[in-house]
Amino acid sequence: MSTHLYGAYGGRYVPETLVPALDELEAGWEEVRDDPAFRAELEELGATYAGRPTPLTLCLRFAPGKRVYLKREDLLHTGAHKLNNALGQALLARRLGKERIVAETGAGQHGVAAATVSARLGLDCVVFMGSEDMRRQRPNVERMRLLGAEVIPVELGTRTLKEATSEAIRYWITNVETTHYLIGSCVGPHPYPEIVRELQAVVGGEAREQLLAAEGRLPEVAIACVGGGSNAIGLFAGFLDDEGVRLLGVEAAGAASLAAGRPAILHGARSSVLADEDGQILDAHSLAPGLDYPGVGPQHAFLRDSGRAEYVTATDEEALAALRRLAELEGILPALEPAHALARALDCEEELVLVCLSGRGDKDLEAIVGS
Amino acid sequence: MTALVVYLMSGPETPELAEAAVEAGADLVELGFPFSDPLADGPIIRKAAERALAQGMRTEACLDCLARVRKRVDAPLVPMTYASLLEAYGWERFAADAREAGATSLIVADLPASERPDLRRIQLVAPTSTDERIGLAATLTDGWLYLVSVTGTTGVRAEGTPALAGLAARARRLTDVPLYAGFGIGTPAQARAAAEVADGVVVGSRAVEVAEDGPAALRDYVRSLRLALDS
Repeated sequence: MSTHLYGAYGGRYVPETLVPALDELEAGWEEVRDDPAFRAELEELGATYAGRPTPLTLCLRFAPGKRVYLKREDLLHTGAHKLNNALGQALLARRLGKERIVAETGAGQHGVAAATVSARLGLDCVVFMGSEDMRRQRPNVERMRLLGAEVIPVELGTRTLKEATSEAIRYWITNVETTHYLIGSCVGPHPYPEIVRELQAVVGGEAREQLLAAEGRLPEVAIACVGGGSNAIGLFAGFLDDEGVRLLGVEAAGAASLAAGRPAILHGARSSVLADEDGQILDAHSLAPGLDYPGVGPQHAFLRDSGRAEYVTATDEEALAALRRLAELEGILPALEPAHALARALDCEEELVLVCLSGRGDKDLEAIVGS
Repeated sequence: MTALVVYLMSGPETPELAEAAVEAGADLVELGFPFSDPLADGPIIRKAAERALAQGMRTEACLDCLARVRKRVDAPLVPMTYASLLEAYGWERFAADAREAGATSLIVADLPASERPDLRRIQLVAPTSTDERIGLAATLTDGWLYLVSVTGTTGVRAEGTPALAGLAARARRLTDVPLYAGFGIGTPAQARAAAEVADGVVVGSRAVEVAEDGPAALRDYVRSLRLALDS
């Protein structure tokens, strides 16, 4: 069976050592995805532990003349959508008999989610994080450690998410028999992009129902920020078949893998990547550590090429302005990452707008105040 | 006689280093084409790749380096690289141009046998590989099968390679192609231990480290491996 699920994108470009583990993961995933007992356990944890469903909030002051609804993943336990994926993958890891979780993190939100589910399910947890990200997301480092995770600084390259991901994969290569790699976004080798999308699809599924209940119609546009793209793919998953709903992904201007990338292979998948003409991966730059990544999930590259989704960018300054506006006018402090989506929600043409507010901004206080 | 494979990173000094390695007893030279994000590599080769990229060793320059090595040595030469370089250069074009520059085959560290099976190359198998995957890799491989001796990345290890014997025994049952062992082999003693179960031995990280001290140091090192393998 092909591992390229998304046209020419996807695949399994990994050292042979990992392939049997990916086969095992794929088989395990196929077994649990339609297993009522697994779904029930995940839903139970979602409802009683994570705080699902998250609310949908109408923000009339933020965007006068529009009806902008925020899907409040910032209100999920640990403060971001990352927990949806972490819970599902950790349950799967336990079924596969793995004792340990390894994860990468950029903003620290996925690392916190991985540490949280590991604590809850009694698994060991190791998180790789670039030392530059550790500096700019200090509170999340402390949270991970309080939750019992070992946080390992990565001193390579730009000391951010790309290097943290490479190191997490290298750790997995060395410990593959006992360890599950809990990847945080819809990137990586097959079947990870599919697993992460399915586990994040709860975001779009809930939002669709909630918006229909509130407005009696679907949104004209659904907007999400895109780093690796997991909150966006989760939101979009709810509307892929609704042709009238425009899907809009917003990348950081300095990390626009879709707007400025080319086909390349990074972290196990062929996708649209910031790379030079020789296939060497370039550095990304964003104030938002969760978007500071030169790659993107292969399904986003496919959705871009097919025209089903559109991808635009927002600058650091635009994101900061939207963040301040939401805080001042609605009493909601978003993370820097979804602030990029908010910036484009303000100036899009549509009137009925759905935005995934993927995380809260407490972790960014230092960066926001310092900028 | 056990084949001795020496890995060197592409760079301005590589032709001279390759010549020294072959003179001292290397039977084959692997030539690293550096990639910015080498998932299969430990710290030594990663650092060497970073340095090579900083020196401008992009694909064209590496092919040129390969051609210059070819002029100096008669031993088989095998570029070892990552899929992103081939994706950018064109898969078939890369293979053709490498052959044109003197390569006898190709190793792509992050391209398991099940991806792009049509690209002729030396396949790798690991201690984690199932018998089915070893069989597939052996069927597709170009000349010999690369046994990844450890569950891990490249790099010198103190502890040896306990998983190698089992992997080699499984591979022997499944195929008649020659088996070369690499990853985690650096000292003459480790090379000799690997040679008891494999037809060839690959040294990478340690060779790259020694090569930093120049051709004379590399010659001494390769000679010590050759002696250990022949004794």
